[in-house]
Amino acid sequence: MSKLNLDQNLINRGREAARRIAEDTQKFIDVHSTVAVERTIARLYGIDGVDDAGVPLPNVIVEHVKNAGGLTKGIAYYIANAVINTGLTPQEIAEGVARGEIDICRLPEKPMEEVAAKAQELAIPTVERIKNNRKYREDFIKNIGEGPKPYLYVIVATGNIYEDVIQAQSAARQGADVIAVIRTTGQSLLDYVPYGATTEGFGGTYATQENFRIMRKALDEVGQELGRYIRLCNYCSGLCMPEIAAMGAMERLDVMLNDALYGILFRDINMQRTLVDQFFSRVINGYAGVIINTGEDNYLTTADAVEAAHTVLASQFINEQFALKAGLPEEQMGLGHAFEMDPSLENGFLLELAQAQMAREIFPKAPLKYMPPTKFMTGNIFRGHIQDALFNAISIWTNQGIQLLGMMSEAIHTPFISERALSIENARYVFNNMKSIGDEVEFKKDGIIVNRAKEVLSKAVDLLEEIEREGLFSTIEQGKFGDVKRSRTGGKGLDGVFTKDAEYFNPFIPLMLGGDR
Amino acid sequence: MSGGLYSTENKEFDKTFDPTKVKAYGDTMNDGKVQLSFTLPLPIGDEAKEAARQLAMKMGIEEPNVTHMMDMGVGYTFFVVYGSCVHSVDSTKIVVPKVETNTMSMEETDEFIRKNIGRKIVVVGACTGTDAHTVGIDAIMNMKGFAGHYGLERYQMIEAVNMGSQVPNEELVAKAIELNADAIIVSQVVTQKNVHIPNMTELVEIVEAEGLRDKVVLVAGGPRISHELAKELGYDAGFGSGTYADDVASFIVQEMAKRGIK
Repeated sequence: MSKLNLDQNLINRGREAARRIAEDTQKFIDVHSTVAVERTIARLYGIDGVDDAGVPLPNVIVEHVKNAGGLTKGIAYYIANAVINTGLTPQEIAEGVARGEIDICRLPEKPMEEVAAKAQELAIPTVERIKNNRKYREDFIKNIGEGPKPYLYVIVATGNIYEDVIQAQSAARQGADVIAVIRTTGQSLLDYVPYGATTEGFGGTYATQENFRIMRKALDEVGQELGRYIRLCNYCSGLCMPEIAAMGAMERLDVMLNDALYGILFRDINMQRTLVDQFFSRVINGYAGVIINTGEDNYLTTADAVEAAHTVLASQFINEQFALKAGLPEEQMGLGHAFEMDPSLENGFLLELAQAQMAREIFPKAPLKYMPPTKFMTGNIFRGHIQDALFNAISIWTNQGIQLLGMMSEAIHTPFISERALSIENARYVFNNMKSIGDEVEFKKDGIIVNRAKEVLSKAVDLLEEIEREGLFSTIEQGKFGDVKRSRTGGKGLDGVFTKDAEYFNPFIPLMLGGDR
Repeated sequence: MSGGLYSTENKEFDKTFDPTKVKAYGDTMNDGKVQLSFTLPLPIGDEAKEAARQLAMKMGIEEPNVTHMMDMGVGYTFFVVYGSCVHSVDSTKIVVPKVETNTMSMEETDEFIRKNIGRKIVVVGACTGTDAHTVGIDAIMNMKGFAGHYGLERYQMIEAVNMGSQVPNEELVAKAIELNADAIIVSQVVTQKNVHIPNMTELVEIVEAEGLRDKVVLVAGGPRISHELAKELGYDAGFGSGTYADDVASFIVQEMAKRGIK
C-alpha cells in the first residue's frame, strides 16, 4: 500500500527505461574485459603474494601476458594451459613467471576444449569456498542471530588494522551491526591491491586480503560473544573493483560499496573501465551473498540535495538494473541515498521524509543504505548531533535497511571511540522511541510530502527516458549526474580496457551466474 | 551528580572583566567554567572516575565534576567533566595574522577587474595530492557555490577551471602554464598526519622552479588551513573554514592590483 499514492505506471516506465539503458550498456560490457578483471580471475585461481619488488603476483602474471600481446584471449586460458603443460598449481606458475623461469605465452597450446575444461575444474574450489562462506553467514544468522534493521553501520579508519580491530570490537559491543573499514586516501586510484597486514594509512586503512582476514576474525569473535552476526564492509570501487570483490568473497565480507557510476563521476576513472569492472564485481558479490551499497548519496555532496533529488532516484533505477544483469538479487541491493539538505531550509525534514519514503516504496525489497548529513556539518558538534537525530528519525519512520551513522565530529576528524558510541546511543534512542511511527502516521493527501514525492518521481522518469534516448555514455559526458562531466576516453584506467577475442573465456561468470546457490 | 538546581558554590571572586586576565565564562564573570569530554583506557568504575578527575585537575580545572561516564566496550571509559579552569589569557597581547582584504560582492569584484585589470582573469584550482575530497574546491569554484555565495565560475570576469580532486601538483602547474593563469588555488581537506604540508610545499617549489611565482597569486584553503600556515609555506594567502568564493576572489584581484598585474 503506497502511503505516497505514487503512480505505479510512472514507476514502471522509469524501471523500463533503466532496463533498456542497462541492456544497451551491457552490449558494450559483454565484448570487453580489463586488466582488473583478469587479475581477479588470477586471484580466484588462488594466485596471491608479491614478487621481489613488491609487485602483487596477479599483476605480474597479467602484465606478462599483456606484454606478450595475448591478454585478449583471457588469463584463464593461459593459466589453464600452463597447468596442463607443467603440472604446477596456478600459484607456482605465477611465482615461476615472477622469477622469469616460466613464459606462459610460449608453452605448447593444448586443444581448446581441454584447456577450457581444465580452467573450469581449477575454478571450482574457490567457487565452493565462496559458497561455503555464504552458507556459514546464513547459518550464523539463523542459529545465533543478527541485529534488527536498520542495521547500525559505523566506520573505523585509524590506518592501522590492529587499532581498527580495537575500535571495531568496541563499536560492536556498543551496538553496531556493520563495521566498515575506510580505505586509505587514494587507494581507489592504485591499479593493484597492496599485500599483507598494514599499519600505515592516511584517513583509512589499506584494503588487503590479510587485513580483511584479521578484521573478519575479530568480528566473528565479538559476534559470538554478543550473539549477533557483525557484518564487515569494505569498498569495492576504484581501479581494482572486481579484485576487491573477489578478496571480499574469499574472506567472507558481507557488505561492499559497489556503484556502477561512482568511480567515473567522483574518482575520474574512465567510464568504459568502470562499467566493465562493475559487472564482474557484481557477479562475484551477487554469488557471495554480499549486500552492495551504491553511491547515489555522493551526488548530493556536489549537487544540491533539493534540486538534484531526482538524479538520485534515476541512478537507483539504473543501479538496480545493472545489478540484476549481474545476477544480484534485490535483497542484496543497498541502494544509496542521503540526508543532505540544507538544515536552514523550511520544512526540509518533510522533503527528506518524502525522498526516503519514496525510495522505500519504489524498491520494497532493497535494504536501502541511508547516508547521514556531511555537507552541512560544521564543527558545531552540538547542532551536528541534532542533525543526526533528525536523520535517525527519518530512517526508522521509513524503514531503511542500513543506517550509516552520522558523527557529531563529521568535518573535523575521523571519529573518536566516544563519538561513535554517542552516535550509536543516539540512533538506538530514536529507533526505540519512535519504533512504530511509520505504521501509525499517514501522509496528508496532496500535502507537501505527497506532492514532493510525486514531483521527484516524475522528474526522475523524464531524466531516465532522456538517458535512454541519448545513451548512458553521452549522458555522463554532459554532466547529468552530480554536476560532474566526464569524457568517454578521459580519466584513469582506459589503457587497461580491451576487446575480447572470440575464444576468450572467464569460467567464473557462468559458474557464479548459473551455479546453484 | 549535579550541584542541584541552584549553584551553592562559593562565588567570592573578583567579578570585574579584565582584558589582561580573561577567563572562561559559564554564567558569572571569571568563573572559569569549562566543559570537556574524553576517554581513558581504563575500565568503568570509581577508580576510572577518580583518574578522570585527577587528569582534569592537571589540566588546570578546579573542582572538576565528572557528570557522566559511559563504558566504551573494550575496557575504556568516556567521561563528561565540568569545572573551573584556573588559567587566563592576556587578550591585549594577541596578534593573529589575517588576510588583509576587504571582501567585495561578486558584482563588485567583476567591476574591480574591469576597472583595474581590464581583462578576464584566469583562475585554476584543484584539490591536490592524494586528497579525494572535492567539497572545498567545489564550494569556491563551482557555479553554484556554497551557502548562497556563488562560485568563481559564475563571475563574469573570471575564467575558472576546476580540475577536481587527486590532481598531482605537476599537472596543476602545467595547466596553469597552458592557460596563462593569474591565480592558482589549492584545496586540502585531508590533513591527517599532516599529509598536506609536504604536498603544499611541493607545489610552491614547482611554481618557483617554473619561474611563475611572481606572475601568479597562490592561494590555499581548507578546514585546517590558516593564513599563518599558508604564508609560512610560501603562499600569498590561506583561507580556513567559513570563507567563501567572495573572500577568495576579492583577495586574488586586490593582490593582482597591488602587484600591478594587468
